[in-house]
Amino acid sequence: MVENRPWLTVFSHFVLILGIGVVALPLWVTVVASTHAGEDLLTSPIPMWFGDNMVDNYRQMLGSGMQHVSGQPLTLMMFNSLVMALSIAIGKIAISLIAAFAICYFQFPLRMTCFWMIFITLMLPVEVRILPTYEVIANVFTPLTKLLNLLGMEGTEIVLPGITIDLDLSMLDSYAGLTLPLIASATATFLFRQFFLTVPDELTEAARIDGAGPLKFFRDILLPLSRTNIAALFVILFIYGWNQYLWPLLVTTDPAYVTIVMGIQSMVNVADIEPQWNLVMTAATLAMLPPVAIVIGMQRLFVKGLVETEK
Amino acid sequence: MAELQISAVEKVYPNGFKAIHGIDLEVADGEFIVLVGPSGCGKSTLLRMIAGLETVTGGTIRIGDRIVNELEPADRDIAMVFQNYALYPHMSVYQNMAYGLRNRGFPKDQIEQRVQKAAGILQLDGLLDRRPRQLSGGQRQRVAMGRAIVREPSAFLFDEPLSNLDAKLRVQMRVEIKQLQRRLGTTSVYVTHDQIEAMTMADRLVVMNAGVAEQIGTPIELYDRPSSVFVGGFIGSPAMNFLAGQVDTDGRHLLLGNGARLALPADGAPAEPNRLVTIGVRPEHLAPAEDGPLRFEVELVEHLGADTLLYGEASAATGGGNGDKGGLVTVRLSGHHALAMGTVLGLTAEPAQLHLFDAATGRRL
Ligand SMILES: Nc1ncnc2c1ncn2[C@@H]1O[C@H](COP(=O)(O)OP(=O)(O)OP(=O)(O)O)[C@@H](O)[C@H]1O
Ligand SMILES: [Mg+2]
Repeated sequence: MVENRPWLTVFSHFVLILGIGVVALPLWVTVVASTHAGEDLLTSPIPMWFGDNMVDNYRQMLGSGMQHVSGQPLTLMMFNSLVMALSIAIGKIAISLIAAFAICYFQFPLRMTCFWMIFITLMLPVEVRILPTYEVIANVFTPLTKLLNLLGMEGTEIVLPGITIDLDLSMLDSYAGLTLPLIASATATFLFRQFFLTVPDELTEAARIDGAGPLKFFRDILLPLSRTNIAALFVILFIYGWNQYLWPLLVTTDPAYVTIVMGIQSMVNVADIEPQWNLVMTAATLAMLPPVAIVIGMQRLFVKGLVETEK
Repeated sequence: MAELQISAVEKVYPNGFKAIHGIDLEVADGEFIVLVGPSGCGKSTLLRMIAGLETVTGGTIRIGDRIVNELEPADRDIAMVFQNYALYPHMSVYQNMAYGLRNRGFPKDQIEQRVQKAAGILQLDGLLDRRPRQLSGGQRQRVAMGRAIVREPSAFLFDEPLSNLDAKLRVQMRVEIKQLQRRLGTTSVYVTHDQIEAMTMADRLVVMNAGVAEQIGTPIELYDRPSSVFVGGFIGSPAMNFLAGQVDTDGRHLLLGNGARLALPADGAPAEPNRLVTIGVRPEHLAPAEDGPLRFEVELVEHLGADTLLYGEASAATGGGNGDKGGLVTVRLSGHHALAMGTVLGLTAEPAQLHLFDAATGRRL
């Protein structure tokens, strides 16, 4: 609809600019603050233009970190976050694709039951099941030992002739513990299922006649067709993984596994001294970069995946 | 190249619906068979059973000298062309055609050679790098054909391949498919519900009705001697006229419900007197005649150029009878005829052009 009412135009632009201001101002302050020395930020008014400490701040944070907090350089934290976000995004996509493929293209007993079980886990995000999940990660065999106990067996090891299997495997303080519990995804499975349902049956049949077995069909036809969906999901899931806070906080105590979101938090929560805001803002700016890069890099595919169905 | 033999094939869908009630059909090597029938009669079901896309729940299907009931579609040595083409949207035309060969492990140069040859035959040469969505409907249709012919299969299966095209293109593609099939000499089974397509393309036609093959024969056989009211009404356009009637006591004449009396051929054996029959007569076999036994009142005239179609009510020329109107009748006259609505004509039909069907069973007498 095209309307020609000048005041409406002025008003809408005003609202839009206001909106941009509300969103952009904190970002601006963050970036500006990361270029100043610590003292500048403790006096009012806070600076609104770049200072001259940028190189020092960034060099310190990337190189050695904040000494009195964890003492870990930001490079390590960002690397940890990157590993976590990539593992979660790729893992979720891979598992969901395979699960959706099984549910849509194969007949097996309890197929719909499986689907609904996956679907119901939508109601159980990590925050809800955090205690049991923690227990499992603390010892992966917890469910098994619980079951054995129920059956009347005591102890935490299985004794077979010749070998004794110790039922104790902890994933605390490891990348596996950091990512595995977050990888299962009902949302992505559901999304891929909905997409697969729109792929015409004739395409599947043509592939069958062309001699493509299930795996070939998956690789040659379904995967390429899902390309844009995968890209869109990747962006969303990468940011989801990057922003994880509660779970990493619980399962890691070793400073070597600190993620950047945890790191920033601990920089602000210092006990006796003023937080070094310039360095905190440096960390925050750095933490924003990878998600921004992902969004910009995959923007085209991302938008396509959300709006277009290429068939 | 191979013959195709379908014996006592049945299909019961998992939900218990019986779609095919035992069909027998022998297709000779290189023959072009058309399955035709109204929507839902089981044409696609039968074709998909031949392709291996549906399980066969009774009887056997044989391609060449192998029983293929249990074989995967890819192992049956057939190629299928779908109504919506089912081209792989993310592959180029070349890749679409090459995909089946690649999966079969053909060497690269042989694939290249076959695809180029098919592209030449189908005039797709300049389009090999395009994606399906950059093609017109007719070109997509050709790619689908190309995908079938590069395989050099024993049999082509077509499921209404032209129904997404506009009328003109459909005629053109119809001719092209038929010529291509002649040239390659590949046994083909072609499903359509368009009876013009059926008549023009088929070596032999299978008219299907509710899961059974009503009649199998050449287009001319089916046109000349339909075995039932159903086939008579299905083959031919405009459709055959049907009038209720009874054989006269002499066995040489028919008494129509509207009182008209039509002669039967004098040379054949006399029909059983007093038998209740349905009389079929094609619109093109009714001719105007001053003293014809039927009185026809024109209600609608359609000028097709080459022909003129008249629609109207037929009744007995002599009055008489029980005063019934005879029901709607279509008459086809060749050439132009400036007839006003309401014109009354006498109509006659050659005795040899009358088809008699049992009134109860609809079978030909
Ligand atoms: N998967 C199925 N399960 C149950 N019934 C089915 C199934 N597929 C088709 N049918 C039924 O079988 C009958 C024959 O279907 P089919 O698709 O062979 O018809 P058709 O002759 O190809 O019709 P059309 O000209 O509309 O394509 C129909 O009555 C249809 O409802
Ligand atoms: Mg059909």
